[in-house]
Amino acid sequence: MATIKTSEKFAVSEEGYYGEFGGAFIPEMLFPNVEELQSRYLAIMNDPAFQKSFDQLLKDYVGRPTPLYKAERLSAKIGANIYLKREDLCHTGAHKINNTIGQILLAEKLGKRKIIAETGAGQHGVATATVCALKGLECEVFMGEKDIERQAPNVARMRMLGAKVTPATSGSKTLKDATNEAIRAWINNPTDTHYIIGSVVGPHPYPDMVARFQSIISAETRKQLVEQTGSELPDYVFACVGGGSNAAGMFYNFLDESSVQLVAVEAGGLGVNSGFSAATTALGKTGILHGSKSILMQTEDGQIVEPHSISAGLDYPGIGPLHAHLFKSNRGIFLNATDEEALDAAFELCRLEGIIPALESSHALAGLNKLNFKPDDVVVVCLSGRGDKDMSTYMQALEERTK
Amino acid sequence: MSLEQLFIDKPKNILSIYYTAGYPNLEDTVPMLEVLQKNGVDLIELGMPFSDPLADGPTIQNSSLEAINNGMTVKKLFEQLENFREKVTVPVILMGYMNTVLQYGFEAFCEDAASVGINGLILPDMPKYEFEKTYKAVIEKHGLKFIFLVTPETSVERVLELDKLSSGFIYAVSSSSTTGTDKDMDLVKNYLQKLNSLNLKNPVVVGFGIKDKESFNDASEYANGAIIGSAFVKQISSAKDRFQDAEAFIKSLF
Repeated sequence: MATIKTSEKFAVSEEGYYGEFGGAFIPEMLFPNVEELQSRYLAIMNDPAFQKSFDQLLKDYVGRPTPLYKAERLSAKIGANIYLKREDLCHTGAHKINNTIGQILLAEKLGKRKIIAETGAGQHGVATATVCALKGLECEVFMGEKDIERQAPNVARMRMLGAKVTPATSGSKTLKDATNEAIRAWINNPTDTHYIIGSVVGPHPYPDMVARFQSIISAETRKQLVEQTGSELPDYVFACVGGGSNAAGMFYNFLDESSVQLVAVEAGGLGVNSGFSAATTALGKTGILHGSKSILMQTEDGQIVEPHSISAGLDYPGIGPLHAHLFKSNRGIFLNATDEEALDAAFELCRLEGIIPALESSHALAGLNKLNFKPDDVVVVCLSGRGDKDMSTYMQALEERTK
Repeated sequence: MSLEQLFIDKPKNILSIYYTAGYPNLEDTVPMLEVLQKNGVDLIELGMPFSDPLADGPTIQNSSLEAINNGMTVKKLFEQLENFREKVTVPVILMGYMNTVLQYGFEAFCEDAASVGINGLILPDMPKYEFEKTYKAVIEKHGLKFIFLVTPETSVERVLELDKLSSGFIYAVSSSSTTGTDKDMDLVKNYLQKLNSLNLKNPVVVGFGIKDKESFNDASEYANGAIIGSAFVKQISSAKDRFQDAEAFIKSLF
């Protein structure tokens, strides 16, 4: 990897801000760990030896570059040129491993012996357990009790890889609470532990660090588009947003290209106004959670609202501060897709292209039905993960639909 | 009584209790403050419940969630506190998280806190950078104290900076951990002796992991006083006997 290019207009400030969003709102107990990361992450990431190790593992272990695939039958149906960035073909089945490879190398540089992580759908947990096995480091993954039930295959994979999976039993027992528990574990283990956050959330420098590790997605996409279309720039890029790590990676190298529309698709749940939704930008307002200022779903009194989505990976009451800034500054188009629309899109991709997408990625696909394209538009969709982990949800939906 | 006066009158063995407002019953807030004062508590940290209290352990999180379910809000709290100074004279500090304060409006919050007679604020997720840039002036304008936390991991240089910015007292977290965790008292002593040697401008009150008479006395030996939080909140979970239980617990500390 060459040194990652930073955006001119959307780079993080020295204090960790994207416009009015970001920062590091952390209790003093976390300060030494976070400060160590803030002061060292860029130097470590820009070190040529680090970059060489990162590139090598992404190539030989993760299987990068992932293909950019022109989905012909889907294109015909949508009426535009649809390209799928196949992050589902990464080792462990999702883009999450791009970040965990980067952070495990960083943790080694910092001399940490123990890794903790939070997970929602389990994809980040599996990706973290994988790199801990690879490097022989102790691994503990916090996962909401409710998610442990609905993502059983990923729980089994984490255990198989040697990680300890600790249920988060507080609050809504989902990703938000798993994140609380992981942060608390970090507070209680202040010196030997690195916390691998899986999304572009948390205190500075996490949102920027994770976005940089994920930026490989759009860096490859630009090169592949030149080969396939003659231009580096598409008209649209689509990605789903829970916390927003695959979207940050998909948008990263297009942030300053004003001709490229950045489209974020949030989880509408049972419908934005149903009371069971995770569409943060539609329902939220500015607030502070998990160490940064962003847009959050909350009550008038500032209590965080429990979100709902069929997809555990999007079941989060906030979005990363970069995305909040893209939303507020109108640089991004923010859509949402309901549980049903995501299921429809998943079945459609299976039948048209022979690809079973993750429920999270299905939201990005569902977004394609919400904009009007011109026939020669080039549209890239980040297919962030594969659907194996969601088979029980898909089978249940299939049964209901064939009744 | 002001915080300054408290530490002049009683420079040692300050007993501070943390209590979650609106717990276990919504309207318990002021009556519980009265019980605490009557039984000899010198300083009260009144917790404003937040759904996601990162610096706290399960006991305080659960009491917070119950209080929220009871209907506790910042607005409700200020209503309850409207005339509480007629009954309660010991210093009272509000402790909570940035998000609930921001939603109320930071300036409006400080104004209302000062007008009901609150002495100061502890907001563990207030960063030093934000405090200096934005919030310090607002807090001072309304005559409130602001108390920063320090931990055994905090560098000497930073302890001195935080002491300079703090007013009222410094809250020494006895080891890097969430509330309600057991501590090794020898390590705590070493750390408090180190803080003592720095000649801080503020009194030091130690918290996190203090749960009974013995740990209170140990901690107070090297600081101006100590805060008991989770251990107290655990005692008052009974919606029926909470005041008697609170009284019995405080008495057990003397």
